[in-house]
Amino acid sequence: MVATEYYVALSSILFAIGAVGVLTRRSAIMVFLSVELMLNAANLALVAFARQWSGAGSITALSGQTAVFIILALAAAEVAVGLGILVSIFRYRASTDVDALAEIRL
Amino acid sequence: MTDLISLAAFAPLLALIGALVNGLFGRAFREPLPGVIASLSVGIGFLLSIIAFFALAAGEETRVSITLWPYLQAGSFELSLGFALDRLSLLMMLIITGVGFLIHVYSIGYMHGDEGFSRYFMGLNLFVAAMLLLVMADSFLLMFVGWEGVGICSYLLIGFWYREKLNADAARKAFIVNRIGDAGFLLAMFLTVTTFGTLDIQAVNEAAGALVFGSSVLGVIGLLYLLAATGKSAQLPLQVWLPDAMAGPTPVSALIHAATMVTAGVYLIARVAPLFAQTPAASAAVAWVGGLTALIAAFIAFSQTDIKKILAYSTISQLGFMFVAVGVGAYWVGIFHVFTHAFFKALLFLGAGSVIHALAGEQDVRRMGGLGKHMRVTGTTSLIATLAIAGVPLLSGFFSKDAILAHTATSELIADYGNLVLYAILLVTAAMTAFYMFRWYHRVFAGEERFPKKLRDSLHESPSVMTLPLVILAVCSVLAGYLGLPEFAFPNWIAHWLEPSVETPVSFLHLSTSLEWLLIGLSVVAAAVGLGLGYWVYERNRGRLVARLEESMLARLSRSGFGFDALYRAVFVEPAEGTASGLSSVDTDIVDRGLRAGASPVGLLARAAALLQSGYLRAYALAMLIGVLVFALIVSLSGVLS
Repeated sequence: MVATEYYVALSSILFAIGAVGVLTRRSAIMVFLSVELMLNAANLALVAFARQWSGAGSITALSGQTAVFIILALAAAEVAVGLGILVSIFRYRASTDVDALAEIRL
Repeated sequence: MTDLISLAAFAPLLALIGALVNGLFGRAFREPLPGVIASLSVGIGFLLSIIAFFALAAGEETRVSITLWPYLQAGSFELSLGFALDRLSLLMMLIITGVGFLIHVYSIGYMHGDEGFSRYFMGLNLFVAAMLLLVMADSFLLMFVGWEGVGICSYLLIGFWYREKLNADAARKAFIVNRIGDAGFLLAMFLTVTTFGTLDIQAVNEAAGALVFGSSVLGVIGLLYLLAATGKSAQLPLQVWLPDAMAGPTPVSALIHAATMVTAGVYLIARVAPLFAQTPAASAAVAWVGGLTALIAAFIAFSQTDIKKILAYSTISQLGFMFVAVGVGAYWVGIFHVFTHAFFKALLFLGAGSVIHALAGEQDVRRMGGLGKHMRVTGTTSLIATLAIAGVPLLSGFFSKDAILAHTATSELIADYGNLVLYAILLVTAAMTAFYMFRWYHRVFAGEERFPKKLRDSLHESPSVMTLPLVILAVCSVLAGYLGLPEFAFPNWIAHWLEPSVETPVSFLHLSTSLEWLLIGLSVVAAAVGLGLGYWVYERNRGRLVARLEESMLARLSRSGFGFDALYRAVFVEPAEGTASGLSSVDTDIVDRGLRAGASPVGLLARAAALLQSGYLRAYALAMLIGVLVFALIVSLSGVLS
């Protein structure tokens, strides 16, 4: 059995890649993808821990998987709303450059 | 019998229903309909009152009380709302619904084409309902509800044409001045509860009769009720609102500010007659307030030029007569004068309304004259009313005014308080009344025509919906007096009728028949002198004497309404306005400026914080990430996890 540490390390790497992506990419689509990457990194960690605790009793074992399902549903909803906003922004400005969307400030 | 009498209890409900229908749906109705609904609801109330009146006359009882529902229960204090239908309240109901019905009908013609047609009838019906509540109440509390109700209706109808600021101001003035009297009513009720433990009028009357004659607490209660009455009935020193109240439509002046509402003060004092009969001091105060008001208002009426203001001061003066009557202990006489005055004063106002209607809104008597030829019905009926109020023998005003004079001269209740001086004042006032009423009639209906030529061709008598009420009121103005012929020689119906309702131990000197006739002769002489002087001054002398006196001190005093308005302005209004503007500058200069000064550092702080908001999405993301990392570092170093 693969040790949990490997999964957590992979999850950390994926999370870091996602975070760097959010910070460096200017296209809103790519920012979105990176956010998804970060979410799934967290999901990976959660299922890994769930597997590690599988012997501890059903509530503890299932809680990690339950959290994953909640995150999946949340991500789907977020994408639906976020992409909708993005489409209308694109229609309005013909660009999805997040740096150009900097009007909300003093 | 009792059932038939109880029918009258529906009269205020009917008027209230009329007001509701007109108020809610009136805008959807076409023109005469709101007026017809309103007139019908009052007319049916009048029929019910007549039925109840004759049922009471035929039956054994003199008082039927109808308990509606319990209202207050606090410890040992209990109060139920209910009506008391007795001879006094039924007579008042007849006046209110009868004269009210005629004025409703007249209004259909007078208010023709007004955009607020249904609103007007809503107000008028609501007024009738409140006024009926006032006279039918069996407790002071319910009476106070009606008392306030008529006040608010008066306010609504004075300011009926509210787009003109003057009218709205007049309405406010009436309301505010009335509040002073209402405060007196409230204080009187408080003292009544602490003294007698009840607000039931009959119980208070019985308990008051058992108290010591002239006890000081009764005197104070009496004076407080007098304060209430001076407010509603426009007596000194609260008379200032009534002349301004003429800003309302003329039928309103006729119904509310002449025939019914302003007599509420007289009714109140007659209602608690046993209480006032026990306290000569308060009774004397009532009589003297009335006497001085009668004199001063008659004096002011000499110089007024507004056709309605002359009548307004005349109303104040006649109300003064009624106050004297109830003050000297002749309670039925006061109500008798309320009764006759309702007819001829309503008639005078409706006649004035007819003139204003014909002259397209003109109200200045200096631009009238000679209208009797053009408006025969209005002219003739107004002449009858003028003669009636002037006290010409055999017309109604003569009998009631003469009864007041005779009872003032023979009063034993206030014999220690100068009743003979009061008699002399009233006699002079009676002559003055005849004089200024002659002037009123002469300036409007007789003499040369002073209105613009172009109006002459369009002059017309009012439609029959307006003249018919005039004729009916004129007949009543002639005949009403015969219900109260001088007691010493003739049968007197009204004194006998009202006796059970205003029964008191008050007595009057018994004069010999020749002395009684002498008193009558004196009042006839007073009327004759007034009318004769009026004829000489305005017809023979053609007003030359008046023109010469125009600038004298007395004339100026009369024109300015005895300076009451200026006095109140200087003593009450201006200090209040000064205080208000002072407080307003405290608000703007200290409070507001302080708050602004306190708010400005907060604004600066907010500005500084806003600099953090660059608007760049990625900067926010970086800040979040750093925040999370710092947080995670703190948690891991703190050792919570291990």
